[in-house]
Amino acid sequence: MFVIGERINGMFKDIGDAIAEKDVKPIQSMAEKQLAAGADALDINVGTRVPKAERADVMKWLVEATREVTDKPLAVDNPALSTMRVGIEAGGGGGRMIINSTTGQQDKLEGFMDLAKEFDAGIVCLSIDENGVAATTEAKLEIAMRSLGAAIERDVPIDSLYLDPIILPVNCDQKAPAMVLDTIAQFKMLSDPAPHVVIGLSNLSQGATERGLINRVFLVMAIANGLDASIHDPLDEVLMNEMITTEVLLDKTIYSNSYLQAYRQDH
Amino acid sequence: MSMIDDGREQWAASVNEVTIGATSEDGGTRGSAVTIGGAKALPFIPSEGQAPRKPVVAMEVFDCEPPADWPAPLLEALGDVVKSPAEWAKACVEQFGAEMICLTLVGTHPDSENRSADEAAATVKAVLEAVDVPLVIWGCDNDEKDNEVLPKCSQAAAGEKCLFGTVKEDNYKTLVASCLADGHAIVGLSPIDINIAKQVNILVSEMGFPLDRIVMYQTTGALGYGIEYTYSIQERGRVAALSGDKMMALPVICMVGQEAWRAKESKATNEEQPGWGDEKTRGVFWEITTATALLQAGSDILVMRHPEAVKALRDHIDTLTA
Repeated sequence: MFVIGERINGMFKDIGDAIAEKDVKPIQSMAEKQLAAGADALDINVGTRVPKAERADVMKWLVEATREVTDKPLAVDNPALSTMRVGIEAGGGGGRMIINSTTGQQDKLEGFMDLAKEFDAGIVCLSIDENGVAATTEAKLEIAMRSLGAAIERDVPIDSLYLDPIILPVNCDQKAPAMVLDTIAQFKMLSDPAPHVVIGLSNLSQGATERGLINRVFLVMAIANGLDASIHDPLDEVLMNEMITTEVLLDKTIYSNSYLQAYRQDH
Repeated sequence: MSMIDDGREQWAASVNEVTIGATSEDGGTRGSAVTIGGAKALPFIPSEGQAPRKPVVAMEVFDCEPPADWPAPLLEALGDVVKSPAEWAKACVEQFGAEMICLTLVGTHPDSENRSADEAAATVKAVLEAVDVPLVIWGCDNDEKDNEVLPKCSQAAAGEKCLFGTVKEDNYKTLVASCLADGHAIVGLSPIDINIAKQVNILVSEMGFPLDRIVMYQTTGALGYGIEYTYSIQERGRVAALSGDKMMALPVICMVGQEAWRAKESKATNEEQPGWGDEKTRGVFWEITTATALLQAGSDILVMRHPEAVKALRDHIDTLTA
């Protein structure tokens, strides 16, 4: 599993405050904590407290602050192409950058895929288009095919694609989790080699009680259906242990008595 | 760019490189060092990734004379040199083309000659003086005795970057500490069990021993005696390594000679088995076949016994890597 740590996000109070005060320390310490906990990459999101006009500058600052402490990939989390470019450029010189994310409208795909090609970046492709969040597996597949087509046209390798079926809160639509599980399995069959499939896990439990429990159970099921990347909180040790164990049970990693420790030593 | 796979595997990771032997530049006395590992793909599939290193052919030398039941063709091929470990090692390097020597301390076993740690250390020194290739130093597979003998041998060879074997899941701390202090590499043994192989690597690295100084020995089964298990375990380990499992991304050593020459098909005389083909070549073929099969599973050091098998194996490796 490719874990993208979600905690550098202005929506969290500690990070929001650090952004407001332009204090790099809480940002860098959060980066280090997530990596130590097993994150493979870090999501960078300025949050909504920052006025729109300042978001590109703040993104640049956040990415640079994080890049100072790690060479791991950073996922620039923003819907605007201009802010995305600023963030991706700011992270250069280290690990591979990830564009998080593009929606599936043709013009959006073109702009973001060009950027992915230019910077050899990974790119998260959401199951959203001009009609909003695709509500059925078929609609999600259609957008995914469009994204794959745009990548192939621009010579962006399939290995750079992270298809995101979009998981909505369970208390909004209880039929959605099962449908997303089915979609994940179908995404993996779209091409060979298969594209990566990623989810923004925490969204599933927004507004619910038992948030951790809901996230954990779904993650296990999603991995069994082919999910190979996830944006979540790596500091949730139980979640990480269940993820690591799921991969052992699916024979994706070799068991040893110290397998939990081995995972953390590996990261 | 196409959506159709062309069948070639693309691997995400590679096997660690391990260097054995220290030249004068590195504070040792070896004429040259040997670096193993570095594989970026499964063996001998150049279209998927050329291995940066050829597999290394080592020859096994005992610290005592071979036991009386050693097959005659093997003893005849080696000659009188087997009376002295230093002479034996010298012949292996100078006449038979061994790239490394594996000194097996059989004579220290309580059921053999029960030689002392000091005697073993003296033999290590003698062999180090006799040849300038890198050394593998292998215990007698009696945990208690090895824990007494190997630290002394480690000290005697300090700075020479030898490869010491073996550590196991339930006996590793003594030898790991010695090799850490004296700058050697180490062999992690597991009984044809991939889960234990990984566990040994975790335990050893947890003691602060660098992963780029560990070589895996997953136990060798000779042709007819479990080679399929050895093959599939080694292959699975290599696939895991290339897929990014750092705890499995270690080079592999195979004790081909000792296993192949243990088989009755190698040992039986012409009188005992007149229908099995000439004993002079039968054992050699058994050793070659075992070695060539394990090469394909991903082996980085092959420890051999018969000079003709060594020659054939080296030719075969040259052909495969040409």
